[in-house]
Amino acid sequence: MRSQRLWPVHVLLAVGAAAMVAPFLWQLLTSLQTLGEATHVPPTFLPGWRWSNYAEVFTSMPFLRQFLNTVVITVVRVAAQLLFCSMAAYAFARLRFPGRDVLFLVMLSVLMVPSQAYLLPQYQILMHLGLLNTLTGIVLPGLFSAFGTFMLRQFFLSLPLDVEEAARLDGAGPVRIFWSVMLPLAKPGLISLGVLTVLWSWNDLLWPLVVTSDAGRMPLSVGLATLQGEHVTDYPVLMAGSLLASLPMIVMFLVSQRRITEGIAFTGSK
Amino acid sequence: MPVTRTVGAEAASPSSAGSAAGSAVSVAAARAGARSRLARRVVARHGHPREWVWGYLMVAPLALGLAGFYLWPIVQSVYYSFTSWGAFGGQQWAGLANYRAFLSDPQLPKAAWNTVLYSLLLLASIPLSIVFAALLNQVRGRSVGLYRTLYFIPVVSMPAAVAMVWRWLYNGDYGLINYLLSLVGIHGPHWVSDGRFAVYAMALVGIWSVVGYNMIIFAAGLKGIPRHYYEAAQLDGAGRVRQFFSITLPLLSPSIFFVSVVTVISGLQMFDYVLLMLGRSNPALADSKTIAYLFYEYVFLDHEQGMGCAIAVVLTVALLLLTAVQFRVQKRWVHYA
Repeated sequence: MRSQRLWPVHVLLAVGAAAMVAPFLWQLLTSLQTLGEATHVPPTFLPGWRWSNYAEVFTSMPFLRQFLNTVVITVVRVAAQLLFCSMAAYAFARLRFPGRDVLFLVMLSVLMVPSQAYLLPQYQILMHLGLLNTLTGIVLPGLFSAFGTFMLRQFFLSLPLDVEEAARLDGAGPVRIFWSVMLPLAKPGLISLGVLTVLWSWNDLLWPLVVTSDAGRMPLSVGLATLQGEHVTDYPVLMAGSLLASLPMIVMFLVSQRRITEGIAFTGSK
Repeated sequence: MPVTRTVGAEAASPSSAGSAAGSAVSVAAARAGARSRLARRVVARHGHPREWVWGYLMVAPLALGLAGFYLWPIVQSVYYSFTSWGAFGGQQWAGLANYRAFLSDPQLPKAAWNTVLYSLLLLASIPLSIVFAALLNQVRGRSVGLYRTLYFIPVVSMPAAVAMVWRWLYNGDYGLINYLLSLVGIHGPHWVSDGRFAVYAMALVGIWSVVGYNMIIFAAGLKGIPRHYYEAAQLDGAGRVRQFFSITLPLLSPSIFFVSVVTVISGLQMFDYVLLMLGRSNPALADSKTIAYLFYEYVFLDHEQGMGCAIAVVLTVALLLLTAVQFRVQKRWVHYA
């Protein structure tokens, strides 16, 4: 009875899923064709197995360099955000000090404002520091996150008080309680924030676009964007390159699917 | 507990002041008492000063970072919006000149309309993702994870890469979309280089890339609706459609509210696809610019920083107002169970 009524559900879901995945399949197909096959009318639906397109990605643009840039940028941002946000979030959630709630609201106000409202002065800061066109410059503003602080504060608030109380009675100070008691308890929240930060950082475009002009210093997102601007029309190579650029995030998602979906559902419920 | 203690101390003080032991002594004692009372109240509310130090120390890195890289820059942007910039640096007070120039900018009406249109089109992702979330909620077992994965791949993919793929799909001469249209006898246009279609083409990609994200939020919202509501409705003879409109939608309204706020905010800031799918030399660009793209152009391409900052301020105020309105209106249609 139940399974009989379920088949239309599966059909509709499958149609939606096909619409989600079809562009990627087309991308994969094109990436394995010669330019002649790709621009053939009517289109050829067979791959030419031209793997050399993938090799060409590395020679026609500084792909490896930009890939490594993206990795470095992402790792530094994630590490810094996890440290700074969790420290502040714990203090906002559990320690008492004058001005705490006002300070928290002021920090939160950053979340309400579009990035255009601080982009130019941020650019000027980097210019004054001589950090335009450097990885340090790209990384700097993203070391701090109002969103991450908000998310982790909510997480700390949801943790039970009694473990902390017990540690305090044993004579542990705030730093010890934070480091050895609360952080281990907050691991699911930290992982969720980490994964969301990786995703944001990997795909981030506007800021690195504005502060880099040197292809060797760009992350992949900007590298691909400028490739497009130069009207490179070797579609198979472009498809191969963009597939390689997205692949790490798709793999990370497949591995940590539960964390990402939990993190999103968590932010959606608060 | 601390409250009753202060009340008790206050009740005790008039009787001690009544004794004739010399006013100076009693005033000093009262002062000392008040001080310790104040101290006790402060400690009760704000914790011990030792706790304060740790609190400030732990907040400091983040607070300084956000203040230096976000809060102060916001203040600066507002100031810049009232200045004009010389070619060799240095700003001069310009009053409202930038705002006036922006309002009379011939590009503004089109850009404002494109931004609003894009946001409205993006809202279409909400009913779509509710339907898919409701469908997914019916399915049990391993296929749930499979569907969720497939719907989510566009969400995690890099916009720069996604834009490249869609540009290829939209290609007027060799694109798959026009080939499929030609099978049913339609001669498709050059989607992303024709000003009449480019915004719609971008909105379709926007919807496609956000459905999976919204679906997860709605799926979590649906999980929170107690089963017995549906069972009761069934006993009352309500059909599936009736159940959807009388139970599912009202109880899902907090999620719908959250998603629509996020969607409108991100829609009004649309920039990525204009740059990535159209590009600077596209003939359709003039007809397809958004407000956020105008900002980028003025600040970083035309070096009209004052004007750009005026746009940023207007965009920020518009976003805040719109969000405030949404929070106002939500009271009429959002049901918190």
